[in-house]
Amino acid sequence: MPKIRNLEDLRKVKESAKDLTAARSGGRTHIIVGMGTCGIAAGAREVMTAILAELEKRGIKDVAVETTGCIGMCQFEPLVDVIRPGEPRITYGNVSPEDVPRIVAEHLINGNVVADKVIGRTD
Amino acid sequence: MLEDLSHSILDIAENAVNAEATKIVIEIAEKLDENKITLTVSDNGKGMDEDLLSRVSDPFVTSRKTRRVGLGIPFLRQAAEGCGGFFEIRSSPGKGTSVMASFCTDHIDCPPMGDLAATLITLLLGWPDKRWIFRYKINGRQFELDSDEIVKVLGDRESLHSCEVAAWLKGWIDENLSILRLGGSDQYAQDKKS
Repeated sequence: MPKIRNLEDLRKVKESAKDLTAARSGGRTHIIVGMGTCGIAAGAREVMTAILAELEKRGIKDVAVETTGCIGMCQFEPLVDVIRPGEPRITYGNVSPEDVPRIVAEHLINGNVVADKVIGRTD
Repeated sequence: MLEDLSHSILDIAENAVNAEATKIVIEIAEKLDENKITLTVSDNGKGMDEDLLSRVSDPFVTSRKTRRVGLGIPFLRQAAEGCGGFFEIRSSPGKGTSVMASFCTDHIDCPPMGDLAATLITLLLGWPDKRWIFRYKINGRQFELDSDEIVKVLGDRESLHSCEVAAWLKGWIDENLSILRLGGSDQYAQDKKS
């Protein structure tokens, strides 16, 4: 089946990703996007797509991207949580796809929280 | 209001997740000569009783009183009925729910399809523990995606959280959908008329 042959390429993509993940030590960073009706209507899917594109562009491999339902702060949607191992969980609000490169560069790479976008912090 | 059908699909599918479904089937059937698109989202979740079922389409009842169903269903119903289509929801407790909406594509108020691949990767990546089956049929030809098949290739469900896997899948879905829309090829489209 040609479809399977195509999916075989996916296995290769996964294998190369795994090698680099295994090369890094320590825990994983998690990015969680609120994907309730409120989030979707506010553009959460576009933010999610932007996050995936930015991580891929920069070759950042040790990040797990996840979604969750309505977080309960609909007025601040789209909401994005960033959890780095051993650090407080940071919740960003009113995130637009344009904010994503800044959050990735500042927070994920440099370790500095993007203060003007933060609406919550959980220790 | 959600912008297009792909956003509605994402939203309705999330209802299925919240209903504790383990398998969710999304089917889009397009009949070009009749200018008609039918969208069906079926799940094997906990379902709804008669009382809740009778209320879910009413935004003034459901949006405030039930957490199981949000504004998504009224949005979809409004979109379907607003362009000469119809909306139907079937459910029984313990057996699951099926939401069906049809749209007349030649109606001025028909929402565009939007970015289906983005919706699908959001679902696959967001809820990798569910089995997602997506079928897009145009005049009987179809593209089918089964997340179990993808997980089998990947070896584990965790890999669905990886952005490289998501990027690959998005390209793969986009490619298959455009082949289907262009008239299909024997390679990808199967002749499964139903």
